[in-house]
Amino acid sequence: MDNFSILIGGQAGYGIDKAGLILARLFNQLGYRVYIYRDYPSLIRGGHTFSIVRASKERICAHRNKVDFLLALNQETIDLHKNKLKAKGIAIYDSDVVKADGLGLPIGQIIKEENAPEISRNTCLIGAFAKAAGIDWPAFEAAIKQNMPKELEINLKVGKRGFDGARETVKIEKVNQPPLPILTGNEALSLGLIAAGLQAYVAYPMTPSSAILSFMAEAADKFSLKVLQPEGEIGVIMTALGFSYAGTKAAVGTSGGGFCLMTEGVSFAGMAELPIVIIVGQRTGPSTGLPTYTGQTELHFVLNAGQGEFPRLMVAPGDPEEAYYWGALALNLAWQFQIPAFILTDKTMAEGGFNFDLNSIKEVKEAALPKRAFPGDKGAVVKINSYEHDGSGLTTEDAAITKQMAEKRLRKGNDLAEELEKYESVKVYGNNNASTAILCWGSNKGVCVEAARKFGYKVIQPLVLSPFPVKQFEAAIKGVKKLICVENNSTGQLAQLIKLNGYSADQLILKYDGRPFDLDELEGELKKWL
Amino acid sequence: MALETQARNNWCPGCGNFAILNAVKAVLAELQGEGTSPDDVVLVGGIGQHAKMLDYVNVNSFYSLHGRALPPAEGIKLAKPETKVIVFSGDGDAYGEGMEHLVFAAKRNIDITLIVHDNRVYALTTGQVTPTSPQGFRSRSTPGGNLEKPINPLELVLAAGATHIARGYSANLPLLKKQVKEAILHKGFSLIDVLQVCVTFSNLYDHYNKHVYELKDHDPADREAALKKIREWDYNLEAPIALGTFYKTLEPAFDAEFLKALKPAAAGSRPELIKEVLKNYV
Repeated sequence: MDNFSILIGGQAGYGIDKAGLILARLFNQLGYRVYIYRDYPSLIRGGHTFSIVRASKERICAHRNKVDFLLALNQETIDLHKNKLKAKGIAIYDSDVVKADGLGLPIGQIIKEENAPEISRNTCLIGAFAKAAGIDWPAFEAAIKQNMPKELEINLKVGKRGFDGARETVKIEKVNQPPLPILTGNEALSLGLIAAGLQAYVAYPMTPSSAILSFMAEAADKFSLKVLQPEGEIGVIMTALGFSYAGTKAAVGTSGGGFCLMTEGVSFAGMAELPIVIIVGQRTGPSTGLPTYTGQTELHFVLNAGQGEFPRLMVAPGDPEEAYYWGALALNLAWQFQIPAFILTDKTMAEGGFNFDLNSIKEVKEAALPKRAFPGDKGAVVKINSYEHDGSGLTTEDAAITKQMAEKRLRKGNDLAEELEKYESVKVYGNNNASTAILCWGSNKGVCVEAARKFGYKVIQPLVLSPFPVKQFEAAIKGVKKLICVENNSTGQLAQLIKLNGYSADQLILKYDGRPFDLDELEGELKKWL
Repeated sequence: MALETQARNNWCPGCGNFAILNAVKAVLAELQGEGTSPDDVVLVGGIGQHAKMLDYVNVNSFYSLHGRALPPAEGIKLAKPETKVIVFSGDGDAYGEGMEHLVFAAKRNIDITLIVHDNRVYALTTGQVTPTSPQGFRSRSTPGGNLEKPINPLELVLAAGATHIARGYSANLPLLKKQVKEAILHKGFSLIDVLQVCVTFSNLYDHYNKHVYELKDHDPADREAALKKIREWDYNLEAPIALGTFYKTLEPAFDAEFLKALKPAAAGSRPELIKEVLKNYV
């Protein structure tokens, strides 16, 4: 068995997320590449939550809809997901509260006997799974020791009871491959920004970007970061622009709703030519929508946010390595061109778990500060202005200067487009000679690349969405007769964007129920268009 | 260093803003004489007649958006803590659109000086009602008279946590100069609400001249006494209007505490440190 999936589920508050992560790390140590899909409601206690952990010998960035193991801490998990269990799959569950066919253990009773806390039911369950999957005790014990340093002894005890209480049903073999770190997109993006010299992070919490704020706050000591949570998103972006004015490299992060509030600051950054990195983690909208679910609905919003005309960089990484690399580049380019730079992520990538291979990423060196004066420099008077202004920063309404400044900003956009030719702004995967290509952006890259393999298709992924990489896109689309656009929205926003640039998609495969495509589902959709 | 710029002044003749401009320039010159270089001063403004100050003073400046003078000021202070950050704002700017930021800047007690050009009318947009306009005020947006009561900004920031609260008057330049300097030198969040007369849309010179008096025998360290004095005039009904420093106390300033908590970076380059971090994720 070398390509398998486990679904573990229960009520929010049962430690499902932690258990999923431990399983992923366990497979990682056994030499597998892993991916974690996290599905949870927007509340703290109660409600159904589950993780799908998928492991394979090859790198993967998508989940499947059929699982080999169904791990249930409550009846709901069985009821909701039993149709996902393969014919030869096995359900492992707490028989004290769950009725099912498969491998039941009286976990509630075990916990009582061991005088263990309720939360450790998850450890008992994954202990039983380890045995059922043919994983030896020392490997499982090591995973518990690594991941549960607190209350270790009791977790080991409970885990062992689960392990001993189960029977081996299949054998997951070791793979001869070194483990890689498992990161969320948020974590990788944070590290990329840090690598390029980020000095300040300012944010107001909002799913799915809140974890960046916590990550930065945790990392603040090590990297001497100034991390701040102001009164709201308007305060966030304007404070960050104060940092930027003073020569401190700053980034902000939010989701669509918070970004609505930031847009006046975006326009200000465009006018005042202040560099700033803005992370927009997309979720299901409109409005509050489904806070903890995914979407790709802010492409045109971010592309057009802010009154007036000014250049902007907008990138949409598709996996954590791209998030790291383009996060670093975005910070550098923002400062090089003194513009707002946007990084679009979505819940799938922001909070999903992926293997992360730092060695596969081209090094991005921290860019030097631009050769301009900053406040505090001797004898320099640095005036920046939200009004149209002359070269010295004084307000003007002069027609000639207004035109000249507008053209200066446009020129920066052209220079930026030229600079981006140095980077792989459009990526191509799969069969380069195929006449059918899948077009995708952001987190859909993983599932599209894997699905394309089965059909022998090419995959085209624009990483840069503004300025649109015309030359590279033209090269990528050459020879393509049928273009299928895959997106997590209901209107085909990338398809619209390429239309503005003179291209058109032949088919749209759209999903807008808050959930990402799973591999089998996308393959099924692609089959319809053969 | 000359504090004048090339910009042509286009306030109305007799505008109360001139007094604030003159006070600030005089204080900046004085501070320079005492060793504070203008290089280490940043002026921040919102949008309104008040913000033209930034075009008229040849010092570093951040001409922000309406209501958004305080957030960038806080970013600048935290980026460069040695900077004297002086914020100009209007009553619409600070108490209307930007009230959220005002409350939080006061709550944090960040070392910033906020000078509010409180003319109690929107002048740049030619005469609408503001948060400090009195009840019954007939304006371009309230032709039948303002139905709302004004807020008392001094009481608001006292409750929020400001540590230096004063009221000035554009017709009392000597006091204003003294107040501006005192506020800049105060370590913590200071507000000077300046009764700044708009000669075009709400000329209150006669009204103020009849009611203003300078605080005497008032202990600004006494919070209860400060509150009592602050409540003496509610910006609405006719009452004596005190000028001077109502409240002043020393409490830990946010910027100082923030920087105290900020650790120097760990030894090693960032790429090396990142590799170290990644070890925890395997």
